[in-house]
Amino acid sequence: MSTREITYLEAIREALQQAMHADERVFLIGEDIGVYGGAFGVTRGLLDEFGSERVIDTPISEAGIAGACIGAALTGMRPVGEIQFMDFVTLSMEQLVLQAAKLRYMFGGKATVPFVLRTPGGAGTGAAAQHSESLENWFVHVPGLKVVMPSTPYDAKGLLLAAIKDDNPVIFVEHKLLYRTKGPVPTEMYEVPLSRSEVKREGRHLTVVATSLMVQRALEAAETLAQEGVELEVIDPRTLKPLDARPIINSVIKTGKLLVVHEAVKTGGFGGEVVAVIAGSDAFDYLDAPILRLAGADVPIPYNRTLEYHAVPQVENIVETARRLAGGEV
Amino acid sequence: MATLKVWNMDKTHILQTHGRDWLYKMMLIRHFEETAEQLYASGKVHGTMHLSAGQEASAVGTIAPLRPSDYILSTHRGHGHCLAKGGTPARMMAEFLGKNTGYCRGRGGSMHIADLETGNLGANGIVGGGVPIAVGVGLSIKMRRTDQVVVVFFGDGAANEGAFHESLNMASIWNLPVIYVCENNRYAMSMPVTRSMKVERISQRAAAYGIPGVTVDGQDVLAVFEAASQAVHRARAGEGPTLIENLTYRYKGHSKSDQQAYRTREEVKEWQTKRDPITKLRDRMIQAGSLTAEEAATMDQQAAEEIVRAVEFAEDSPEPDPANLLMGVYA
Repeated sequence: MSTREITYLEAIREALQQAMHADERVFLIGEDIGVYGGAFGVTRGLLDEFGSERVIDTPISEAGIAGACIGAALTGMRPVGEIQFMDFVTLSMEQLVLQAAKLRYMFGGKATVPFVLRTPGGAGTGAAAQHSESLENWFVHVPGLKVVMPSTPYDAKGLLLAAIKDDNPVIFVEHKLLYRTKGPVPTEMYEVPLSRSEVKREGRHLTVVATSLMVQRALEAAETLAQEGVELEVIDPRTLKPLDARPIINSVIKTGKLLVVHEAVKTGGFGGEVVAVIAGSDAFDYLDAPILRLAGADVPIPYNRTLEYHAVPQVENIVETARRLAGGEV
Repeated sequence: MATLKVWNMDKTHILQTHGRDWLYKMMLIRHFEETAEQLYASGKVHGTMHLSAGQEASAVGTIAPLRPSDYILSTHRGHGHCLAKGGTPARMMAEFLGKNTGYCRGRGGSMHIADLETGNLGANGIVGGGVPIAVGVGLSIKMRRTDQVVVVFFGDGAANEGAFHESLNMASIWNLPVIYVCENNRYAMSMPVTRSMKVERISQRAAAYGIPGVTVDGQDVLAVFEAASQAVHRARAGEGPTLIENLTYRYKGHSKSDQQAYRTREEVKEWQTKRDPITKLRDRMIQAGSLTAEEAATMDQQAAEEIVRAVEFAEDSPEPDPANLLMGVYA
């Protein structure tokens, strides 16, 4: 398998392209994904390659996009829908939560609804409160949905290919600030299994569980702290639901300390779930400090650059909190 | 503006060919609904239900032109649709009683009955919930290059949901083989259509999508069949969707909590005595000499007995095992 450096965005595009070549049931549907190439350019070139029947531009109809994915999935296709900004999933919620997630169960386990809904979340682009949300935990709360959040180009491609093959509705949350980040990605098709947490960096002093962009920030923080002799173990759940908790539990048993970092607002966020899982696990007896969360402030994302910067965790926030926690100051 | 191609059908011939089948199916639906109500009254039903007594012609006449391989998407008032598409009363009744032998193994209940084998993609507890899904079914049919069609049923209430607009617009721009069938029973729970929309006919809204829209006497199964046949023909030919409005009436309340303060007993009585779809078809066939009153009575008796057997099957069936509570959440 040959590997080269490509961006997270290119990795996603390559996964779509290869999945469409491999399986004629796979098609793309969303707003401005054709000629425009998607608001962030993820699907650029795919219209030329696959034609307008498999790269379908829709009217501005987010409920319709979700419904189209559900109906096509129910009848033998494997759609990949795109919601242009994660904020706009609010306009598809009924279809995703009350239909996609529940059809299989309500029908006694008979139906399968295999589709992926890709959507970019996250702040940092100056897009303000209605184009910067991180709403993943809404979906984590819904039985029947899977929620995936890749943090690297390698994971983005492998997880997307696994999600397309999965027989359940998968909410695939990309991050706008990760689109231009680069990393090694094999040219061939491969899958990163869903529900498999990964230790991104080993360390013995403190476990940091982070998602999406925060994985990269946690790794940067770990680099800084390593120079001070503080070793962070950084774990990326990659699939938030269903969560693979064992690697996190094992890590906390080893380090005795846990910090959870995510960009979504803290109250009701995914961090609370991780904390509860650890508090109720066999890692509890090994804890020798309070568990901490670093997360987005409970605020709509502000427009102003400085305010926006302070609304979500930055590398220095992780460094500072991890240093205090690892140093026994908490 | 697009109009539906209307051709004259040989009504006598159609009735001779299909009349008995339709009459029996409508009787079966009526007995199912009345039995469901009795079961509820006797405390044997855990949840709620939405009965379609009075609307049988819309279900039977719309589904009659469909093939077994065609799809339907149904509503919360969906018992009739399921039976008309070929569903088994016993498995429906078992689902209604929450039994493991029901269509959904007791997980769905009345509001979520689905029978994928007969192309019934499910009743739906959300008003208008199935309407956007129809776009995807239509797309899938088109991409798989079959000549299937999908009928999506919804009520007058759903025509005021935003998703209705998104769905009709998408299906029309892509010429999808979707037949939108609005069962206008005059009330969205308690809200009369006269107060919930400015247009007189829901079918007028088809003009906004450049597709044909027709309003039909939904109590006349033959009229329903004619409009549906023409819409199905149009859809199969790749000419796109049609919006059909079947004017109908529900005899029972919206659900079990309904005190029916929004309509008079006289109004209900009038529909039952003057516009009942079963009586209408039966009388017409008797007049045409293709059925005798005795034969009709026998058919009705047979339908009643089929429902009695369905109830027996349901009552004798096992409850789901709580050990399997989570079964079916994920594939």
